[in-house]
Amino acid sequence: MERTWNNKGWLFVIPVLVLVLFSAAIPLMTVVNYSVQDTFGNNQFFWAGSAWFEDLLASERFHEALWRQFLFSGIILAIEVPLGIAVALAMPRKGWGVPVCLVLMALPLLIPWNVVGTIWQIFGRVDIGLLGHTLFNLGVDYNYVSDPLDAWITVVVMDVWHWTSLVVLLCYAGLVSIPEAYYQAARIDGASRWAVFRYIQLPKMHRVLLIAILLRFMDSFMIYTEPFVVTGGGPGNSTTFLSIDLVKMAIGQFDLGNAAAMSLVYFLIILLLSWVFYTVMTNVGRETGSGTGSGGGR
Amino acid sequence: MARITLEGLAHSYLPSPAGPQDYALKQLDHVWEDGGAYALLGPSGCGKTTLLNIISGLVRPTRGEIRFDGQDVTDLPPEQRNIAQVFQFPVVYDTMTVYDNLAFPLRNRGIEAKAVDARVREIAGMLDLSDSLKRKASNLTADAKQKISLGRGLVRSDVAAILFDEPLTVIDPHLKWMLRSQLKHLHRRFDFTMVYVTHDQTEALTFADKVVVMYEGEVVQVGRPDELFERPAHTFVGYFIGSPGMNILPAEVSGDRATVEGHELALGAAYGRLPQGGKIEIGIRPEFLRLVRAGAGESRGLPASIRKVEDVGRYRIARAMVGGQELAVVAPEDGEIPADGAEIVFDPQRINVYADGHRVQEGG
Repeated sequence: MERTWNNKGWLFVIPVLVLVLFSAAIPLMTVVNYSVQDTFGNNQFFWAGSAWFEDLLASERFHEALWRQFLFSGIILAIEVPLGIAVALAMPRKGWGVPVCLVLMALPLLIPWNVVGTIWQIFGRVDIGLLGHTLFNLGVDYNYVSDPLDAWITVVVMDVWHWTSLVVLLCYAGLVSIPEAYYQAARIDGASRWAVFRYIQLPKMHRVLLIAILLRFMDSFMIYTEPFVVTGGGPGNSTTFLSIDLVKMAIGQFDLGNAAAMSLVYFLIILLLSWVFYTVMTNVGRETGSGTGSGGGR
Repeated sequence: MARITLEGLAHSYLPSPAGPQDYALKQLDHVWEDGGAYALLGPSGCGKTTLLNIISGLVRPTRGEIRFDGQDVTDLPPEQRNIAQVFQFPVVYDTMTVYDNLAFPLRNRGIEAKAVDARVREIAGMLDLSDSLKRKASNLTADAKQKISLGRGLVRSDVAAILFDEPLTVIDPHLKWMLRSQLKHLHRRFDFTMVYVTHDQTEALTFADKVVVMYEGEVVQVGRPDELFERPAHTFVGYFIGSPGMNILPAEVSGDRATVEGHELALGAAYGRLPQGGKIEIGIRPEFLRLVRAGAGESRGLPASIRKVEDVGRYRIARAMVGGQELAVVAPEDGEIPADGAEIVFDPQRINVYADGHRVQEGG
């Protein structure tokens, strides 16, 4: 068999390759360089081997930040996914309410991260913020500046406010694609509200929900701007998530070797978890369907 | 098993319907006899599906009453009506196996596992689904899925009627007749009332004992297939059933004579008083017309010119013009079709007279 080679194809691919090279590959190599060397400025480098990585993996500070990060992402997913599904189920399917709801849902997604942080930073202040001051007047001892728990609640609620819409919109898209006949058949079959959700709506939302969970996980695992604006990682280190810690280390303390090692480990964790998530989620619901060979007949 | 009575039924999708044009379903009284196989035939948008959904309880009628064996069920939701419905596109629960799909309506009604199992296996056997009980429903072909939909209706022993909403639309042609004969077989065996919505006349005529023809939200005729063919109660039925449909010609009728395009025709019977001011037409099927050469002894024919002839295999269809009217004539494969100087001979017994679209009784 003869194949025609057309080298013009490369012309179309090269710009992308160059872009990826400069935006991802070269910066990543710099990080790799820093992670295995030590420098005291003046462009002088000394080989450090795996010392930075060993330091990092043994450091309590990294363990704590990592643990905080998992806790945060876990809480975020546990709240935003069920809440998003619930809101999507409650949204109207037709009529004037649809555009209204869609716009309302899209609004938080349009606000830049640091603005969201600023909004909540002011909103929660005990002296002038609507939320903080109201709570104070109601006698609730709320202060995100000094109380770690209050700081966590503020950061979590802020993220829920900012990002639940994304889950809602994706789920809603899955829901409206279900033909009316499914609901009618379910009514005739005497299915309960729960059964309709479990056997019709959830299976149809399955794919978009997978995307939503993946996006929310990756995003929340990399969160930086909003908690940085609101709490700056405090009080103490209680809201210092991985990326905040990383920036502190790299820019605050100028521990470039440590920070570079941490960046790589951080990157690998996200890559690994996303891959595991994706494989597990796409295989859910397929495992029992693989008996294709056994049925015979049609 | 039940006898379903519809009384004074009408439905509009608008909140406050003003006139008859706002009704998707106009005034309707009808009785579906227990154990009957009915086809509901009509063009798209004539209200067939609306009527079906009213019977199953998915739609509540604007006016009127539905009774199952005399009991008023107008306000009952579908799950309390003992109705099964098969939809145009197969509805299966994708994540469940075929077995669980079939068991679903029974489990929802709290029937114990042993009874469920027996019933599911019995129904699966009848529908040739026994081999795929353990498979996921989502991996099956369209016809197997449609069988599952049907099976979910059949498993319930209390089902009074099964409603079909164009169930064979997405099925391959060569499987259609198989499923259809399987349906007829099941119907004979279980004796439930069956209502089958379709816009395909062949499907309706081969499936049903009685065909209900709907047109623009009204039932225009209920009858056996042969009645629909020979005595269409409405010009629409004449036109919709048969291929090609009935020829409809404007005419003047007095006594047992009709005048068409200035020519006089004999009718099979005398018609007394016809409604005043209405549009009077005569209708005759292409099968009951004959083409002869002019002056070949038989007069009483209408002079016609042949526009074109279509050969459809076992017979030919001649498109003829009588004055300004076009007529279709079914001519035998080997007979002669005179190119010009032809006459069309009507069979007087087969002529129906219509006033404003509705058939006029002889004599009356």
